Amino acid sequence: MESFSAILIEAIGLILSWDPDVIEIIMLSLRVTLTAVAAACLIGLPLGAIVGAFRFPMRTGVIVAMNTLMGLPPVVVGLLVYLMLSASGPMGVLGLLYTPTAMIIAQTILVTPIVAALTRQVIEDLNGEYAEQFASLGVGPLDRVLALLWDARYSLLTVALAGFGRAVAEVGAVIIVGGNINHVTRVMTTTIALETSKGNLELALALGLILLVIAVIVNGLLMAIRGTAARAAYV
Amino acid sequence: MFRRNFLGFATAGLLALGLTGPLTGSAAAQDNFIIVQSTTSTQNSGLFDHILPIFQDKTGIDVRVVAVGTGQAIKNAANGDGDVLFVHAKPAEEKFVASGDGVSRADVMYNDFVIVGPPSDPAGVAGMSDVAAAMAKIAETESAFASRGDDSGTHKAEQRLWTDAGVDVAVASGGWYRETGSGMGATLNTGTGMSAYIMTDRATWISFGNKGDYQIAVEGDAKMFNQYGIILVNPEKHPNVKVEQGQQFIDWVLSKEGQAAIADYKIDGQQLFFPNAS
Repeated sequence: MESFSAILIEAIGLILSWDPDVIEIIMLSLRVTLTAVAAACLIGLPLGAIVGAFRFPMRTGVIVAMNTLMGLPPVVVGLLVYLMLSASGPMGVLGLLYTPTAMIIAQTILVTPIVAALTRQVIEDLNGEYAEQFASLGVGPLDRVLALLWDARYSLLTVALAGFGRAVAEVGAVIIVGGNINHVTRVMTTTIALETSKGNLELALALGLILLVIAVIVNGLLMAIRGTAARAAYV
Repeated sequence: MFRRNFLGFATAGLLALGLTGPLTGSAAAQDNFIIVQSTTSTQNSGLFDHILPIFQDKTGIDVRVVAVGTGQAIKNAANGDGDVLFVHAKPAEEKFVASGDGVSRADVMYNDFVIVGPPSDPAGVAGMSDVAAAMAKIAETESAFASRGDDSGTHKAEQRLWTDAGVDVAVASGGWYRETGSGMGATLNTGTGMSAYIMTDRATWISFGNKGDYQIAVEGDAKMFNQYGIILVNPEKHPNVKVEQGQQFIDWVLSKEGQAAIADYKIDGQQLFFPNAS
């Protein structure tokens, strides 16, 4: 086993060499994960906000369900999506198995409960502060939800990042529904799993470092956007 | 005002989504591909990286390989999730054809299994070629043995060899007999980490990058023969199968050119697979 500095050098070398295969894998990872997180936000933000802002029967049950689903094992999600998309499954005719779309579907299922559950908490807390004002101004339900989401946007950015972290790091779901096919569905995590199974531990770790750097860049970009937006808001 | 701001926010989100590209990429544009359900040994050894480009250049057909254990590959193919099955467990392959899931089976190539072990050789089996005697010795000395335990072709072959050796490993499971339930490479990583004997196909072993100080202990028994077969998934049972392209791939693998490409694949001068299509 090489030393960690050798692994670090290998990782830097991999990035600097601009190997088209590595770039392709990184881009697919980003495409799959960002699309899945965007889709999960489109579903999870309104869902979490509605549950957070309103009282209705069985609400506690819904909250427990959302919180529980945050712990969905990726392998189980992968299997469920595989069974749905398999040629002998109900959605087999779509021919989506072993495509990036299948991976996006699996990760969306994985991330949506996280976004919804965390959004619910954020919105519920904020709603506690706003409730009286809303009532006195006679604000309608839709405007209520939109106002809460808008005012909580910076906290919700962190919610989206939590979802991104989960999706970009998971391997269990995408390897089942994507199949880890070279140049088609091979992403960072499945490549790391493959190289580990080939016994190329240094290369696997180097790829892991690159994945970490990508996560840092995505986080940094969002924080920069947040900082700029916040400054603009107070000018 | 709340609403306008929020809609702007949502629009920006949708734009970002759009920028990430069409969902299926180029997959819809080019439908000229087949899916081959195959095993980790053919993938991890680099064989596919060597032979597939030759076929793709010749025919323009993109071959997409899903590399899992033979057991899982057969199940996936039985679900219709693949056009061609390329694995190594003859009895299970024949069952796959008999059940109507496959059209017919053909021999493609072979190599052999070996048992690798730590240099300390706790069971004293290094250099043996009688696999049944060696396995009996491993059991007798209760030396650690890491098994795939995943219903793969290698696992099935290993089970047969234990039966031959008259050893019931089920009672030793969790003791000296350790089932990792993972692929060949993962089992090699785990096994070498706990100084266990491991049975592996020779191709995976030669190409494995984390051998440490491990060496081949047992090899050369005719019982350790490892035959690979190829099968077209039956379109009568699974109408989505791409018969024409799938058959074209099988014909090429069995052709003189395909067989030569397989024989041609070497690592450090060692040939990994030996073509034997009839």
